[in-house]
Amino acid sequence: MTAFRIPPHRDAVDPTPSAPLMISVDDTPIEGVTGQTIAGVLLGADRLSWRTTSTRGARRGLFCGIGVCFDCVAEVNGERDVRLCQRRAVDGDSVRTQHDALPILVPEDRN
Amino acid sequence: MPRIAVIGAGISGAAVARELARRGHEVTVVERAAAAAGTSGRGEGNVLVSDKGPGPELELSVLSRRLWSALACELREELPEPFPSIEFEAKGGLVVATTEAGARSLEEFAGAQRAVGVRADVLDRASVNELEPHLTERSTAAIHYPEDAQVQPVIATEALLASARNAGATVITGTRVSAAVRDDAGRLSGVRVESRTGRRDIIAADQVVIAAGPWSAEVSSLLGAPIPVKPRRGMVLVTTRMPHRIRRKVYDADYVGAVGSSDVDLQTSSVVESTAAGTVLIGSSREQVGFRDDFRARIVAELARKATALFPFLAGASVMRTYSGFRPYMPDHLPVIGEDPRAAGIWHATGHEGAGIGLAPATAQLLASLIDGSPAPLDASPFAPARPSLAPYLNEPYPNEVTV
Repeated sequence: MTAFRIPPHRDAVDPTPSAPLMISVDDTPIEGVTGQTIAGVLLGADRLSWRTTSTRGARRGLFCGIGVCFDCVAEVNGERDVRLCQRRAVDGDSVRTQHDALPILVPEDRN
Repeated sequence: MPRIAVIGAGISGAAVARELARRGHEVTVVERAAAAAGTSGRGEGNVLVSDKGPGPELELSVLSRRLWSALACELREELPEPFPSIEFEAKGGLVVATTEAGARSLEEFAGAQRAVGVRADVLDRASVNELEPHLTERSTAAIHYPEDAQVQPVIATEALLASARNAGATVITGTRVSAAVRDDAGRLSGVRVESRTGRRDIIAADQVVIAAGPWSAEVSSLLGAPIPVKPRRGMVLVTTRMPHRIRRKVYDADYVGAVGSSDVDLQTSSVVESTAAGTVLIGSSREQVGFRDDFRARIVAELARKATALFPFLAGASVMRTYSGFRPYMPDHLPVIGEDPRAAGIWHATGHEGAGIGLAPATAQLLASLIDGSPAPLDASPFAPARPSLAPYLNEPYPNEVTV
């Protein structure tokens, strides 16, 4: 997939020129521009997945892209479960990918 | 071989169908929508002994809890991978009081339960911290109920139906019942049904079991045996997945009072637990608003506030979605299990309110033994449709005052 950015002069919603910004994902710096969501910055850097599922460790990134599915959550500046498709990137944001192990079920009558 | 139609493929209908099919009856399940599409798929999967005081419903709960343990093993053996696990988990319950008065009544309540054989251990502060290290420090009493358990109710319903099919039952979904068919002598001979595509048919049956949850009022009315079951709505919040910090079903002592109340107005009490997927479920509200399922922010706010009072760390949790379901509510607070006194051949299995998942196996066993004429596992009279406490309501016409 190739990220596609509308040049400012053709962007009817926000025609102001965008400034570059820098975020870090698991301590790796990634460059984006103002106005992008963090998910947008990641996609722009060809990063398609950042979370892993608990059961099989399968990769997950954007699924719905509109804040409904919670597939794209990650930790942002120390806060867990942030939907990256909903969070506007801010210069200096520190993103950490999440992997949550499944809880261990209580076996029958161990109590 | 007696032919039996079971109306409703929720947990009760599924359990009844399985039990009857395994006893050699010819069973057909008729479901308006899909398996577990109504109440069963919209609760928390509670298998509790903790929320009932001594009495017939507690006896039914204790029997059912024992049956669930056996069922979980039987179903796993009968339906190996890749059939998903029913996630039966004997996680135990922790009931917490947060006021001095609440502490006294909780301890009394637990004492009465212990007297009839329920395990209800009073915990000191150190034991509470060990069981639930993230619980509020402001609790005034805590009782541990090691027998409380949980299942994934949709998978459990599907598993019971699969097992019923293995025993010869037929399951028809997307089909609603419109009337009873009786022969010239007035004996029941079947039910008229109509599929979603408009196909009409008659399903031959000598007996009909109505297990349509809160919709049993409508179905029983169509079949000439109206029962006064009403929908009582409950809402649940689901958080995003998080590291496992809540190990048991933890609820505040108000829950018991809310379960037993007859209030029409909104009532909430906190019930908090983790699921096998890592989300946290936050309940529970009860209100009588008919079958209205509109979103109400006030309920979400109240549930969230009470849950954070039990587990302060939840203040930073994200609520991912909410859902609500309609519990089948009986005016005298007891399930209705047995043959209708007014219409021979029509049987009821509903009215469990929020306890239907937990009570399904015992309900099935009791109902099947009544149909068979075999020895009942416990006294059936408190649940009989002909019981005195229900008599004043049996002549209420349907639709009753709370409707769609």
